[in-house]
Amino acid sequence: MSVRTIRPDPVPARPLRSSAAVLTVSAVNRLSRALGRGSGTVAGGRAGLLVDPGLLAVLADGHLVALVTGTNGKTTTTRLLAAALSPGDGAPAPVSNDTGANMPAGHVAALVGAPAAAVAVLEVDEGYLGRVITETAPEVVVLLNLSRDQLDRIAEVRMLVDRWRTALAGLTPPVAGARGTVVVANADDPMVAYAASTAPEVHWVGAGQVWHEDAVGCPACGGRIEFAPDGRWACDRCAFARPDVVADVEGSDLVLADGARLPIRIALPGQFNRANAAMAAVAAAPVLVATGQARADTGLSTALDRLGGVTEVAGRFSVISRGGNPVRLLLAKNPAGWTAIFDLLDETGDPDAAIVLSVNARTADGFDTSWLWDVPFERLAGRSVVATGERRLDLAVRLRYAEVDHAVVDGPTAALDHAVSRAPEGTVVEFLGNYTAFADLRRAL
Amino acid sequence: MTAGSGRLTVAVVYPDLLGTYGDGGNGLILARRASWRGIDVDLLQAPSDRPLPAADVYTIGGGEDGPQVRAATTLHEEGTLAERVAEGAVVLGVCAGFQLIGRSFPDAVDRPQEGVGLLDVTTTKGTGPRAVGELIAVPVPDAPRTATGERLPRLTGFENHGGVTRVGPGAHLLAHVERGVGNGGGDGSEGAWCGRVVGTYLHGPVLARNTALADLLLGWALAPPGSPPGAAEVLEPLGDHEELALRAERLEAVDASPGAGWRGRLARIRGPR
Repeated sequence: MSVRTIRPDPVPARPLRSSAAVLTVSAVNRLSRALGRGSGTVAGGRAGLLVDPGLLAVLADGHLVALVTGTNGKTTTTRLLAAALSPGDGAPAPVSNDTGANMPAGHVAALVGAPAAAVAVLEVDEGYLGRVITETAPEVVVLLNLSRDQLDRIAEVRMLVDRWRTALAGLTPPVAGARGTVVVANADDPMVAYAASTAPEVHWVGAGQVWHEDAVGCPACGGRIEFAPDGRWACDRCAFARPDVVADVEGSDLVLADGARLPIRIALPGQFNRANAAMAAVAAAPVLVATGQARADTGLSTALDRLGGVTEVAGRFSVISRGGNPVRLLLAKNPAGWTAIFDLLDETGDPDAAIVLSVNARTADGFDTSWLWDVPFERLAGRSVVATGERRLDLAVRLRYAEVDHAVVDGPTAALDHAVSRAPEGTVVEFLGNYTAFADLRRAL
Repeated sequence: MTAGSGRLTVAVVYPDLLGTYGDGGNGLILARRASWRGIDVDLLQAPSDRPLPAADVYTIGGGEDGPQVRAATTLHEEGTLAERVAEGAVVLGVCAGFQLIGRSFPDAVDRPQEGVGLLDVTTTKGTGPRAVGELIAVPVPDAPRTATGERLPRLTGFENHGGVTRVGPGAHLLAHVERGVGNGGGDGSEGAWCGRVVGTYLHGPVLARNTALADLLLGWALAPPGSPPGAAEVLEPLGDHEELALRAERLEAVDASPGAGWRGRLARIRGPR
């Protein structure tokens, strides 16, 4: 990876309109907090964008920006990348939309008041990638994976792929002395590979992809993607195939193209988090080198060392105590995510642990719960399962046909208490919620 | 049942291409509802790179534009589905699966593609916004009746499509839209049927919320050989309290939502067009 020096452009004086917009963001956030309506970050960002629709570009100007997007792992990878880019020597830590507010209002909120020298690590909703690239001129764009999620809003995975292709085709590659964009993309996901193939500079990572159900039809020609057991894939009709990678995730190691192995030692559980860590490290390494925080040969190991200490991400993977039992809080939003979490339960959990499942179907979750039928709930057979959330009846019917015994309880804390009261003393109870169901539980605790 | 085997075979058609919207659940629901009644069932996931297996019931789900074209081409070329339907097999097509068992449907760039031709319906691309949301439809009086001769209750599900499907003289309307868009095109219709072939825009999956329809399809598949097409075996009830609770909750949620009045009617009139 080439060394380059990144000097932020001098920040020009802000136009009056943008200054007014910044004041609006702060005022709305103060008001929102005073009214007890939460931290107000999104409300403030929205208000600011109303005053100045170009506010994100104004705020991002002068910052080194890294974007993270994909269907699953965005929030975690953003957190890991921010950790990898934290100098920890008194220099400003990266600013980040670390609560998962991943549309422009959330980006504005994260950037308002950011120290001039701070790096910005931004999680981006899949549907907003093009706009956010245009407005923030990022140095790094991380593309994790693409699978079915919120189909009522996104409609089709392939439509999203086409929009990414257009957005990424407009990037400028980094060349000596000038700013440009490196894309770090998961080579194991054909949808990501097809999208990223329009970008001028891509560092491909073999991060793995358990979920292939949305990628059987070749996005390039409509042929059939064949997956080999070793993870390689190719279309049976055209030349589209897995690109050559700079690094591969093999178990708990990151294996570089020259054969060197770096251990991925992280506090977060599960293989998908090792994949997230690998993506974050490959994205961080050139930035660390360019900013003098590491040498060309130590960028990756420095990044991995720094991100290894992250223990939870906005409450996800955290363990709380309830009625004498530890409760692990897990979030999954779509079939690929739930499948990965079931893998995590098999890998790290007690096979008899009681499980609370909580599903809502609000705007942020998608209104259509049909995806529950793509989740392999059959894997929970034999466990004690409690269904809750606003769409607990959808869950109950799904569990009935999976032949998984279950109780249905209204309210996430009541459901948790129901599970805890029936679990042997001291045993772990696993709580799995989708996006707003997870937030509901954390608020209730 | 599959000739001579004494078992019921349910096949989910091309889950690798048409598995996007959870409609594979329809196959699972049919299989479980048969096995809970003591009937031996094989539930087959039939991938697109292998010959379509012989089955008594085929469920075909929703999918994206590209895979939909590939599925239609493959089904048409290999011909098993049309042969099996001629022999009395039951087919449930949902969304893209509904469109592709018709005469023609549009691909991603709006070129008409030939369908499998099991139903006399023709789909074109709507010019309005995609139809996305809860859909409620009331079966028309001459829609298929249950095994005991009753009308099917209201159908509930979730639609997500941009097509307008017109029902030709060789097929029948399934239902009239009460909430949502359905077939689009302004006539307020939803779905189509002919013989033992049923098409609908309802996801959810449709059979999870509409167990009467599930049991009607099963009843057709279990009717003795040589029965007239509309004859259905009477099946013992399964209780279904969880399905009925879900159904009631969904119907109530839609009735209570703001689109229940003139807005909803306007959306139906406008449709995807």
